[in-house]
Amino acid sequence: MMLNEIVSTAVKKFGVGREQLLPVLQYVVSQEKWLSEDALLGVARAFDMSAAEVYGVASFYSFLDTKPRGDYVIRVCRTVSCDMAGKEAIMEALEKTLHISVGETTADRKFTLLETNCMGWCAEGPAMLVNDYVYTGLTPEKVVDILQGYMAGA
Amino acid sequence: MNSDEKAKRLRGLQEKVNLIFREIDCIELLERAIKEDPETIIQKIIDSGLRGRGGAGFPAGLKWKGAKEAAGGIKYVVCNADEGEPGTFKDRRILDEQTDKVITGMAICAHAVNATEGSIYLRGEYNFLLSKLSAKCNTWNTIFKDKGLVFKVGVKSGSGAYVCGEETALFESMEGKRGEPRNKPPFPVIAGYMDEPTVINNVETLAYAAMIIADGPESFKAIGTKDSMGGKVFSISGDASVKGIFELPLGMNLQEFVDLFGDDDTKAVQVGGSSGVCVPRKNFADTIIGFEGVPTGGSMMLFNSTRSMYHVLENYLEFFEEESCGQCTPCRAGCQQLLKGIEAVRSGEKPLSYIEKLRDLAQVMSVASKCGLGQSLVNPFNSITRYFREEICY
Amino acid sequence: METITLTINDIAVEIDKGATILDAAKKIGIRIPTLCHHDDLCAAGNCRVCVVEQKGARTLQASCVVPAAEGMQIYTNSRKVREARKTVIELLLSEHAGECTSCYKSGNCELQGLAQEYLACGDAFIDISDKSPIDISSPSIIKDDSKCIRCLRCVRTCAELQGVSALWSTHKGNKTKVETFLNKPMHYVVCTNCGQCVNRCPTGALTERNYIEEVWRAIDDPEKHVVVQTAPAVRVGLGEALGMGSGGVVTGKMVSALKRLGFDSVLDTDFTADLTIMEEGTELLARLKSALQGRKSATFPMMTSCSPGWIKFIEHEFPSLLDNLSTCKSPQQMFGALAKTYYAEKIGVDPAKMVSVSVMPCTAKKFEANRPEMYSSGFKDVDYVLTTRELAHMIRQAGLNFADLEDGKFDSIMGESTGAAVIFGATGGVMEAALRTAYEIVTGREVPFKNLNIEPVRGMEGVKAAGIKVENVKDEWKFLEGAELKVAVAHGLVNARKVMQEAEKGMSPYHFVEIMACPGGCIGGGGQPIPTSPAIRLKRAEAIYEADEALPLRKSHENPEIAAIYREFLGEPLGHKSHELLHTHYTPRNRT
Repeated sequence: MMLNEIVSTAVKKFGVGREQLLPVLQYVVSQEKWLSEDALLGVARAFDMSAAEVYGVASFYSFLDTKPRGDYVIRVCRTVSCDMAGKEAIMEALEKTLHISVGETTADRKFTLLETNCMGWCAEGPAMLVNDYVYTGLTPEKVVDILQGYMAGA
Repeated sequence: MNSDEKAKRLRGLQEKVNLIFREIDCIELLERAIKEDPETIIQKIIDSGLRGRGGAGFPAGLKWKGAKEAAGGIKYVVCNADEGEPGTFKDRRILDEQTDKVITGMAICAHAVNATEGSIYLRGEYNFLLSKLSAKCNTWNTIFKDKGLVFKVGVKSGSGAYVCGEETALFESMEGKRGEPRNKPPFPVIAGYMDEPTVINNVETLAYAAMIIADGPESFKAIGTKDSMGGKVFSISGDASVKGIFELPLGMNLQEFVDLFGDDDTKAVQVGGSSGVCVPRKNFADTIIGFEGVPTGGSMMLFNSTRSMYHVLENYLEFFEEESCGQCTPCRAGCQQLLKGIEAVRSGEKPLSYIEKLRDLAQVMSVASKCGLGQSLVNPFNSITRYFREEICY
Repeated sequence: METITLTINDIAVEIDKGATILDAAKKIGIRIPTLCHHDDLCAAGNCRVCVVEQKGARTLQASCVVPAAEGMQIYTNSRKVREARKTVIELLLSEHAGECTSCYKSGNCELQGLAQEYLACGDAFIDISDKSPIDISSPSIIKDDSKCIRCLRCVRTCAELQGVSALWSTHKGNKTKVETFLNKPMHYVVCTNCGQCVNRCPTGALTERNYIEEVWRAIDDPEKHVVVQTAPAVRVGLGEALGMGSGGVVTGKMVSALKRLGFDSVLDTDFTADLTIMEEGTELLARLKSALQGRKSATFPMMTSCSPGWIKFIEHEFPSLLDNLSTCKSPQQMFGALAKTYYAEKIGVDPAKMVSVSVMPCTAKKFEANRPEMYSSGFKDVDYVLTTRELAHMIRQAGLNFADLEDGKFDSIMGESTGAAVIFGATGGVMEAALRTAYEIVTGREVPFKNLNIEPVRGMEGVKAAGIKVENVKDEWKFLEGAELKVAVAHGLVNARKVMQEAEKGMSPYHFVEIMACPGGCIGGGGQPIPTSPAIRLKRAEAIYEADEALPLRKSHENPEIAAIYREFLGEPLGHKSHELLHTHYTPRNRT
């Protein structure tokens, strides 16, 4: 779908009442993985809001990225219990396998590697999200397997 | 205690409560509840002694009463499922396994306060539950219609912002704005979502409310202590021998708790998540888990002697420096100063005495911040710098 | 009205229900320090400088937002309060690049004042100020994030008063900032350069881009003939910036000061304000003529074009309505175009060696002077625009004791003006001036209002509407006989938007609309002395109307220098030369 179609689909689905701003932005992110300048402007026009305000709202929320993201956004939990359970080793394995550092996106725009705050899997850490999908009880080996699955186009 | 004894004792405690995950016929409960007077329902919740299970512990019945008495065109019931407190994950399971009970709790509340719309605000990290919850809402909306209850429930999704668990920040977020806590008063029961009277309860609170109406307030009251009635769903993590989600009576002593869940080397328990209090071993025996002692939204994180409490504190402060909404000075700048401050003391850039300055700062943050986040995030700072000073600066 | 009684520092105070603790304290003369609070804006409760202690409450209360309640016992100066305030101020200082010795706002910085008052320590905490580069992209406004304390007065100003929202609070936690859309430079977003944010910024995070040094250099250059013009609202603001209290008319002292600073010609924008009335009034009558005689279509309502913030606003927000704008340049730009043509010729100065400076109550004028259309003299028509504040700064630099200066007189040729021009400075003034002239042209009689004061278009209401019945017209205006001229006046862009939305739908009932970007009109301009408040603006407006009544000539068409310039140079209003020098066109812009 083209960007303007994505925005208009979202607007059609949710409407342009102010309380629908987050659902619309979430929908765009679900399709595009991030909110580009054009996407933000499109939403601002649809809601008859200032572009700065839409950006101000989006940038408040960690999952409404305003920087380019890959097809698979990996978010590794960095909060206490996952940290205690070995998050560092998971991060290393991810960085090594993807050849990127945290905050970066692979050259083929397939993966983005991020850290995130507690995602509610504290008894089963380390945990990570790949888009909306949760992986828990990670080990460096498991992580490599998971990545290979996505690399193979899973 | 050996592990068999522990398991037996644990089972005994769980059986004493067994409310949240006990299967009941929710449709039958709803039918029964909507035949009761709203006043009777509210009185039952008041009588049960149920206090909010999200952490703050406001009496649920009084909240409902306030909303019922408030003047408003339309009233709302909001289920706070923005479970973001590090170390807390019980709402995820309650919502996943006991969706009907939570929605029934909302519907009973709606009947009691005369609300017509309900929302479950689900944190973005739990998006995998979204389709299931939406489907359940649809099913229940049909049931409400059939049973003649004018109430409609839906799901709204968050997008990664811890502070949205603060009730007024949550409303702002639902209204499509930045999730910044509002000035209070007015309180949500007077002006909440869309500035209309709103009951906002935690997932667990609503599930308990349903069970209180199902079983009557007396049996709920019989569990726990005078100040902390009923059960509580605990999220247990860290250096624990058994981790996961357990429903136990409130009012336990922390030593009993550590005996059951510890690894025989527990040096501290962080009670109530990252904004809770860190209790050192020497205080376990004197600490009650409940409103008369250390209140908790259910997070119990255990640390054994291999853990550096400096790292624990640093991790918490890194969390808060990012997750503060950033609007009020004490919280926004204070979080950064606490973090930078302990790092500077650690590296020798600041003298040890700087910790005292930071403790004074923490005191100001706890009284001058705009919302509960800024007021409570100093809890781990205060307790860790008090009880584990030697691990902060050496 | 229901009232409640509380005690503050053990003093009982009765106040209307709904009032805040801050209001109650004010009522009994207790000052509570504030930072994010501003009389023009909705309460935020963010900075926490105004906290007070409430007996029985665990936490301190932000007095600017917490309503006073019956029986409350409040303490505004307890140890707990003082310590909290000092800590909050020290936290703000840790976020703020404290360059007080070199800061442009030094001496007029609220944070500096509070730090001093509470003996706060600048390095009590670790420096966490923002390190991003200063945004100097705009010719009007400089944005320095390293001095921002996130009080969000600018954000609220831009949203509540202007409805523009070029700035918003972005990110959260330690990353919280005030940014434009995607943090683009100010020059490339919907910012109208109105400077209302500058007027309300408590620190040096948002300031006007100053051209003081450039102007001194021109004055110091013996080769250059430096001409200065001063806008109507400056004369009722300048005194404030020089310690004289608000509301005084200081025209004479201002003229003396300008001469002492070394300007070669001290002239008056009021002259071109009168000229604007001649051109714009004629344009309105021409539009009415085409419409009523049905020969050509004409666009209504016609809208004034004096306010460059408003012009940029309509270019961004309502580009489809640009034809509604009068094609007249603003008085500043008319003046600039004439200074380097008519005036240069008259005094025998090579326009290439002339430097044209204006003193304006406005930051948007700086942007306007840099528009590519503004070179009709063959040179940059206005070289430098100074705000009222910058002029005050220069007067201080020159060591002049402003209050004691004698009253000077503007130089002649483009220094004469009428009361109609002076009132350009207040909302409704352009409309009033235009009506005084147009009505008289059409009917041969004075406007039917006592003392020529057209009260319905005066005052601080956001949108004002009025109608004037046109009867017993002169022969050549027969087509207007019996018509009711409907007019509206809006000030503050949030009000402008209301009028525009009506026009956009084709529902506007008006023939002529005056719009000023700033609340109160130019007297409340973004270049006027800081602070501002509804009360201060009211005093400035009163001064403007006093100045009008004090002048012998109060109708633009009676200005003898205006008659002279048409006779000697321009020919007639809307004539060929006028088109060349005094009229302009507009550029549609996007909503980034």
